[in-house]
Amino acid sequence: MRLITVSGPPSSGKTSVILKTIEYLKAEALKIGIVKFDCLSTYDNLLYEKMGIPVMVGLSGNLCPDHFFISNIDDCMRWGVREGMDILVSESAGLCNRCSPHIKDITAVCVIDCLSGVHTPKKIGPMLKLADVVVITKGDIVSQAEREVFSFRVKQANPRASVLFINGITGQGAYDLSVSFRNAAWVDSLDGKRLRFSMPAALCSYCLGETKIGEDYQTGNVKKMDFGEVKA
Amino acid sequence: MITEMIWVPISKLMQDYPYIEDFLLSVGLKDFDSELSMGSIAGTLTEEWLEDRGMDREQLIGHFTAFMDKMEQLRLKPESRVKEIAILGGHDKSGNEENISLTVRPGDILCIVGPTGSGKSRLLADIECLAQRDTPTGRQVLVNGEAPAADKRFSIEYKLVAQLSQNMNFVMDLTVEEFVTMHAESRMIENIEDSVKAIVDCANELAGERFASCVPITQLSGGQSRALMIADTALLSASPVVLIDEIENAGVDRKKALELLVKKEKIILMSTHDPILALMGHRRIVIKNGGIHKIIETGEAEKANMDILHKIDAKMLNLRNILRSGGTVDFDVQGYFAGVK
Repeated sequence: MRLITVSGPPSSGKTSVILKTIEYLKAEALKIGIVKFDCLSTYDNLLYEKMGIPVMVGLSGNLCPDHFFISNIDDCMRWGVREGMDILVSESAGLCNRCSPHIKDITAVCVIDCLSGVHTPKKIGPMLKLADVVVITKGDIVSQAEREVFSFRVKQANPRASVLFINGITGQGAYDLSVSFRNAAWVDSLDGKRLRFSMPAALCSYCLGETKIGEDYQTGNVKKMDFGEVKA
Repeated sequence: MITEMIWVPISKLMQDYPYIEDFLLSVGLKDFDSELSMGSIAGTLTEEWLEDRGMDREQLIGHFTAFMDKMEQLRLKPESRVKEIAILGGHDKSGNEENISLTVRPGDILCIVGPTGSGKSRLLADIECLAQRDTPTGRQVLVNGEAPAADKRFSIEYKLVAQLSQNMNFVMDLTVEEFVTMHAESRMIENIEDSVKAIVDCANELAGERFASCVPITQLSGGQSRALMIADTALLSASPVVLIDEIENAGVDRKKALELLVKKEKIILMSTHDPILALMGHRRIVIKNGGIHKIIETGEAEKANMDILHKIDAKMLNLRNILRSGGTVDFDVQGYFAGVK
């Protein structure tokens, strides 16, 4: 089975991009499945179901969505293999910009939108910097110049990725991405595979349910801001 | 060559590649010693710093060499000129063959007409992705008589198409000058100041109302924005093909705009139902049921009618100006238009 991880900031257009891309693949009679990761709730599964695409939903609740993702992706993989899928696409939102969902040797796509500001490519960490394909959405409502500036900034942040523009409404540009999906590496299992970069770490008192504020309650992996010399 | 750059001091590289600074900033490197090379800088970074940024040393250096490689390509890239683009027919929604082949060259204006949903966007999308009989329409697009190599076809550096549509807005919080400068920088051209000035002057020639380069782009009127977008696309965008989805008839001189793009050797594909724009095209494609139904050459009689259409257009524009300056349109409008000959 071919596995593709798609991630990107919330509301960047991941679901629309995937929907438009798999339209091309469905036309070739390929069997496609989706795993939608979200935090509290999602309705995107309905959009996939409407297209007749089998979809699994994973809600991370009060866990870091990235950690939840990586602890479940191998099970998703097994599900896809069992169902005889040709292509499995995982969709997960990157929420903290230090998110690092990409796996070595597995085609990794990052979706960001032109409206998110020209500094966004600099601000996103491994999710963008270590992706194989960066998809830029919402280009249809900004000027050509802004599109060119934005794609230049993306190339600066990730010179190795191929960069595509996709219009999530009309599907313009989605054909190019469908080619990447079709050519993704064939894998049978994720056992022993590695993340491209370690995930953001957190192991402090607040992870374990602490709610009080104050130095006495901060234990574990705690990092403090530097305010320089502050007079008492 | 590129790998050697890892060991060259940044300050030395910066003389030839001023964009390195921005790249280093984007990976989170701010206060580094520019006398050091990328390789030595990477060696001084702590594990904690790397963990926070989300890249290890190897990845950082990998990005550096990939970036330098891209910059070098951009700098040395000979202007690969597009001499012609050919569209070979596929089929319509019912599977009927189009039996058409169409060639466009720099300076051509090709209009696309047809009802909503007839397949105009599909045609534009085929051109944009350089379809190779692998899109739903089965069309093939050749550049200079050849099918583009797969790696080029999907690489954004070789994207041939710039797009202009009436739904496009400026969203950046920048003045006109800052904005065009930023675009010029991303195109890595020399003489940025001159080209910024040329673009602003040119946009002012196209716009109905003049604007200064210190105005924020988000405050430009619809016509001024469109004029700036057209001037910028004509003078700064590398794409040889411009897809236009209507140009509204407000605050921008459409005739001059098209003349400018033609002069800059662009291939213009324009989806429009405006009679003046449609007749300005040398040919027009009629789309029906997802296929190219026919191709019409703009005839002599049509060209002759342009004159009167322009006059009516000028009359309408004049009415607009009367309203803008606080006047009233309570005179004999029938007589006003009857004067058009």
